[in-house]
Amino acid sequence: MTVPALAIKNLAKSFDRPVVQGLDLTVAAGEFYALLGPNGAGKTTILRMVAGLLAPDAGSIEIFGTDIRKDPVGAKRLLAWVSDEPMVYDRLTPLEYLDFVAGLWQVEPSRARDAANDLLTLLGLKPHANELCGSFSKGMLQKVALAGALIHNPRLIILDEPLTGLDAGSARQVKDVLLEKVRQGVTIIMTTHILEVAERMAQRIGVIAGGNLVAEGTLAELRARTGRESTLEEIFLELVETAPATS
Amino acid sequence: MIAAPGSLLWFAHHELRLAWRDWLAMMTGGHRVRLLGFLVGGLAVYALLLFIAAAIIAPAAARGITPDKPTLAMVTGVGLLFFSVMLSQALESVTRVYYARSDLDLILSSPASTRTLFAVRTGAVALSTALLSALLASPIINMLALFAGPHWLWAYLVLPAFSALAVAIAMALTMGLFRLVGPKRTRLIAQILAAIVGAGFVIGIQAVAILSFDTYSRFALFSSPDLVASLPAADHWLWLPARAVMGDAVSAVPVIVSFVAALALAMLLFSPSYGRLAVAAASVGQSSRHRAKSGTHFTGRTQAQVLRHKEWRLLQRDPWLLSQTLMQMLYLLPPALLLWVNYGEGAGAFIVIVPVLVMASGQLAGGLAWLALSGEDAYDLVATAPIAARSILRAKIEAVLTVVAVILTPLLALLALNSWTMALATGVCAILSAASATAIQVWFRVPMRRAMFRRRQVASRAATISEAFASITWAGTGALLSVGSWAAGITAIIALVVLGSARSLSPHRS
Repeated sequence: MTVPALAIKNLAKSFDRPVVQGLDLTVAAGEFYALLGPNGAGKTTILRMVAGLLAPDAGSIEIFGTDIRKDPVGAKRLLAWVSDEPMVYDRLTPLEYLDFVAGLWQVEPSRARDAANDLLTLLGLKPHANELCGSFSKGMLQKVALAGALIHNPRLIILDEPLTGLDAGSARQVKDVLLEKVRQGVTIIMTTHILEVAERMAQRIGVIAGGNLVAEGTLAELRARTGRESTLEEIFLELVETAPATS
Repeated sequence: MIAAPGSLLWFAHHELRLAWRDWLAMMTGGHRVRLLGFLVGGLAVYALLLFIAAAIIAPAAARGITPDKPTLAMVTGVGLLFFSVMLSQALESVTRVYYARSDLDLILSSPASTRTLFAVRTGAVALSTALLSALLASPIINMLALFAGPHWLWAYLVLPAFSALAVAIAMALTMGLFRLVGPKRTRLIAQILAAIVGAGFVIGIQAVAILSFDTYSRFALFSSPDLVASLPAADHWLWLPARAVMGDAVSAVPVIVSFVAALALAMLLFSPSYGRLAVAAASVGQSSRHRAKSGTHFTGRTQAQVLRHKEWRLLQRDPWLLSQTLMQMLYLLPPALLLWVNYGEGAGAFIVIVPVLVMASGQLAGGLAWLALSGEDAYDLVATAPIAARSILRAKIEAVLTVVAVILTPLLALLALNSWTMALATGVCAILSAASATAIQVWFRVPMRRAMFRRRQVASRAATISEAFASITWAGTGALLSVGSWAAGITAIIALVVLGSARSLSPHRS
């Protein structure tokens, strides 16, 4: 049996109220998985725990069999995290930023330089490769952050709302890059509010409401569950409305 | 609603409400109960200042203060020192009127008059400058009124006029900078200018306090017979501001009228261009694409080296941040002066350098540590990198301490040429001071944008106060150790108590 890219068991996290409650989630290697849910459902909290940015109160998270709490460095070597707010240094150029990320992940220098040039070309950032990021638009920063996530060839990429603030052309570039990565065997877990993107790109979709996974499966399986030929939007709304509220 | 929307009064009400809420939040940190503690602490400090002012003023008042040439020279000198802090504050605030975005985009995109907004905001700057300077000067004015006569209370009417003049000059300087260097560099240069002017005040006012404690005759600059003899006669117009401050109504009226007129004229002259310049200031970050010289590569190094080099490169590339960090060292000159006067003659002039270097190390390390630890703009990226959290922390601390060492080592080497024991004491205490400031920043780290550097103390006043006290006590230890005093042990224990208290209050105790 192959090791899943992500295996979450009985995950729980509370702040002033429970945000994630006993979540079980498994994502197979090489899969494009979309995590959907209304605002405040706990999607970002779940992904931040997977990326090692938040400590769970209970439960376990394994990245390709490596427990993020027992071996955080080993797990982080395999993953990349891109948040909805691109965090890029104003005073570094995209090329320097990618060089910095490659340094952190200990990518061999010549391979890092080639990969950086390829990624900047692919994402349309090549003409701006030597300009300081401080003057970039949010869309450009988002693409720099995405390039940073790809430079060290992660096996699992976690993206929180990666298409927010991107124009149609940039969104298309990002989607193409992500789909190409999945074709190469990389696993992608992505949250999005753009249901059409999830419908077109994801192989499996998970719906989170009240800190729990209320439904999961391919689009066809979700349709079968609701018992009619609906759009993902209709299915999503029905699932979320019937889900129990967070305590 | 107190006035028609968009009118001068309406904007003034809006600004006042925001300023009051900002002040309240800064003082209480969201906990209103703290306001009581702040008021009690503030009153205690104020009482102490009154006591110090009385000790300085009473002997002079007993001898009699008359508006003769030496007194007018002294009042003018002290007045100039106060004016320098007004100008510093005004310069910084006026720059903010053009550059602070917060609600400016909203207002500029509305049909409201930018001239009205400019008048209200610069008026608010004049008001806040006047309030601050009145607060700073009030212990001296109150004691003068008590010991030398109530006519000194006129100073409270003259101070707002001085602040009006300071704001008018600040506006003219800012406009001059806009024309001379353009919106891209105006903010940086204006803020450096403000810091230099402000430091000049601190240095000067310390000089007044320190030198006046012994006798006025040691107030060499303003009371030197040569200088006084070279100045115009006591009835010259040059002394009008000093006479106004001393309660001469005939002098006060033209001073107040002319200074307020200067502000009105500046508002009139500069308000038409406000909208255009504020828009130009806003587009500084967006329009300019800066190409950067490529530095050394990050790849091919260890992860710790990568993190250290990143910190150094970001600092090197941000002249504003660099100037703000290094500018803190200017403020260390007053303690140097204090020690020069009190210890200099007995223990050799170089003793004065010891506490300055020790404090500078602490202050510099504290600022840099905040940038490296709390001001990490790509916090998520670094936190998700395959490197242990402890190693990240260690690399960043190394980056900070290396910068401090690079700045400090040549100075220590020079000191060692004169006295190696003094250099040793300085080195040890400087390391302890820098380590203490860094440790406090580690314990109190909170992710913030680097751009928030100047407002970092808002995140934790406990960290700011402990950092300052730790630096001061280690500086004292260094000075005492250098003269071989056993009292160094006491100040060292106080420093350790400060550190212990900071640690017990901090959210991160690892």
